[in-house]
Amino acid sequence: MDRIEIDEPATAEASQVVVRHRLGTRIWHWVNAVTVFVMLMSGLMISNAHPRLYWGNYGANFDHAWLQLPRFPGWLTIPSYYSLSGARRWHLAFAWLFAAGLVIFLLISLWNRHVQRDLAPTRDELRPRHIWHDIKEHARLNFPTGEAATRYNTLQKLSYGAVIFVLLPLLVLSGLAMAPAMSAAWPWLVETFGGRQSARSIHFLCAAAVGLFIILHLIMVALAGPVNEIGSMITGRFRLRKGAEQQ
Amino acid sequence: MISRRKFIAAGTSGILVAGCDRLDRSETFRGILRSSEGLTMKAQRLITPRDALAPEYSAADMSPIFRSNGTRLPNTNEYARHLTENFANWRVIVDGLVASPLSIPIQKLRALPHRTQITRHDCVEGWSAIGKWHGVPLATILGAAGLSTRAKYIVFHCADRFGARQYYESIDLIDAFHPQTILAWAMNDRLLPVPNGAPLRLRVERQLGYKQAKYIQRIEAVESLAGVYGGRGGYWEDTNDYEWYAGI
Repeated sequence: MDRIEIDEPATAEASQVVVRHRLGTRIWHWVNAVTVFVMLMSGLMISNAHPRLYWGNYGANFDHAWLQLPRFPGWLTIPSYYSLSGARRWHLAFAWLFAAGLVIFLLISLWNRHVQRDLAPTRDELRPRHIWHDIKEHARLNFPTGEAATRYNTLQKLSYGAVIFVLLPLLVLSGLAMAPAMSAAWPWLVETFGGRQSARSIHFLCAAAVGLFIILHLIMVALAGPVNEIGSMITGRFRLRKGAEQQ
Repeated sequence: MISRRKFIAAGTSGILVAGCDRLDRSETFRGILRSSEGLTMKAQRLITPRDALAPEYSAADMSPIFRSNGTRLPNTNEYARHLTENFANWRVIVDGLVASPLSIPIQKLRALPHRTQITRHDCVEGWSAIGKWHGVPLATILGAAGLSTRAKYIVFHCADRFGARQYYESIDLIDAFHPQTILAWAMNDRLLPVPNGAPLRLRVERQLGYKQAKYIQRIEAVESLAGVYGGRGGYWEDTNDYEWYAGI
């Protein structure tokens, strides 16, 4: 988020337009908007092929499953009809886009200090009181206005951080850990996850967490003003609402 | 209101899914998706040393029950006869691009120096089972037959049929000469059970389950897979569009 003012406010009441998202962030966002849906929906079809999750190295029908998943309906899966090979074709092709996008975004964002400047919470923001205050404000649907809205708030930083630095990398790594050839190339990878079936369980749990994030994210966008929010992710420009304290 | 929202959500998702189904039926789009298989193979081969071994486990790590999949009992009269004979007359033909074609009796194969390995079998469906295999390195057999320098793939012709179609699989020479690639005749310290491919199956440990051809009758060295059955290198590849290189 760059706080570059574009329009000087003519009067105190006029809203102000700032550049909120850089081009790299916007491109990655929309590539992911497509990629993540394809990954989740083709992933649910792959789950339908053997909807049981295990811990450890092995796990099949005669072994104890810690979770028996439902059969996901056609309107949630790619393809909509049962096809494991079809789902794998989508999943494994988009996985490249997904992994490459993540790596490029992380490298660029570290290099241009987007991570350090905008995503890393400050020491003050991590104080329990501050976080609690943020939670209460969110619960009351009091969103930051004015100058404060040019920055990510603490809950945003924490949830974006968890997705970008924990969930998405774990999805890529646990996916790779399921590859038989990768067990030969990088044996430490599958061992780190505690075995291939543990990697598969973690893959599913992270995917479920990403699904939950998307739902919350869409709700927050809808509540915070969808036109301005979505517009800013397309053009980069965000219209600041004046806060009560400033009027 | 909720139901309307649900309706809109399901509707949107329905349109999305219908769009994806349409794309999935387009041969051009499938081709684009399929091109990632080559990328995956190149990337995995780049970071995997040629002889890097798949993990081997201890007896304590083995699955209590090693499940079978696919064909559990080949349904031909010929196989039924072999079964009643306890496979005493089973032979494995080695031909194609080799200097001296072979026809090896199963007893002779079992008497050759063998390798024992406890490895993880990963099915394309997602499950895994750990079992112990005893078998002859494929490299030994290919060496004995004198593999031609023109050969690029090894095709395994199997005794099981899916409808009228014969099961088969193929691997390239990197996998064929890998030290863990064996023609297994025993599993978990007993002669191979019928559901697991009696009397002879392939173990190619750095690939998924459907590559591990069972009920092997003939091993053929070829230069190209184009002329073999449906031309895609395997039964599931031909009939259901599974990847020939089963990377993940």
